[in-house]
Amino acid sequence: MWIYEKKLQYPVKVSKCDPKLAKFLIEQYGGADGELAAALRYLNQRYTIPDKVIGLLTDIGTEEFAHLEMIATMVYKLTKDASVEQLKAAGFEGHFADHDRALFYHNAAGNPFTVTYIQAKGDPIADLYEDIAAEEKARATYQWLIDMTDDVDIQDSLKFLREREVIHSLRFREAVEMLKEYQEQKKVF
Amino acid sequence: MDRQWRPYDAYHSPLDPCPPRPKAYIVPPNQMMVTQSPGMKQYAPFDALKHGTLWPDLYSPYDPPTRGGR
Ligand SMILES: [Fe+2]
Repeated sequence: MWIYEKKLQYPVKVSKCDPKLAKFLIEQYGGADGELAAALRYLNQRYTIPDKVIGLLTDIGTEEFAHLEMIATMVYKLTKDASVEQLKAAGFEGHFADHDRALFYHNAAGNPFTVTYIQAKGDPIADLYEDIAAEEKARATYQWLIDMTDDVDIQDSLKFLREREVIHSLRFREAVEMLKEYQEQKKVF
Repeated sequence: MDRQWRPYDAYHSPLDPCPPRPKAYIVPPNQMMVTQSPGMKQYAPFDALKHGTLWPDLYSPYDPPTRGGR
């Protein structure tokens, strides 16, 4: 089960009225390397991975949902007060026709989220390598998003999220190292 | 069990419906190196063809019966 804290993991401040940015940020909401895909991937892989990695997948999978909330907050703030004309000018007319200003799980090109973005292979090494790749791809996405805005406050939140990917990748690589060790081998400190 | 296999235990509850199954995963030898060092010992040409690699240290056998529960 989960316990919910009614605050964001890291503050999200949007200082510039730039609805167009929301169209790009949505990539991290419902895109292939986005936070939803990450959360679902890790929390699902937990069941069939050796015990010593389950906790890590739970922790990181949970944190990804906290990131999803941050992205949602950015998108919401950028679109909630935009007029229909502004939304059309921002390229949001397709989204508006289907969803009004509601958020939806699709990528920046409008493709709906699909579970085919993620995999659970059952082989611990294969699954962890997918996780490492996913973190590096999410890091790259954050870089391109930071490149596309000059709003320093939103950049600040995006830089936080990018750094989390850097750390998660390392944790997954450490997990691979743990799984390589022989069970009989006792660590001597 | 082959050196590449890692047996492991998963929690088994007294209330689980099926008897526990032995579990193991494989760690192929490519995981043990970042880059290949030069001068590794080699198979004879025919054996290399049969094994799919020129280097015994990179050969990963995969025999399903080794895997738990098969
Ligand atoms: Fe992540």
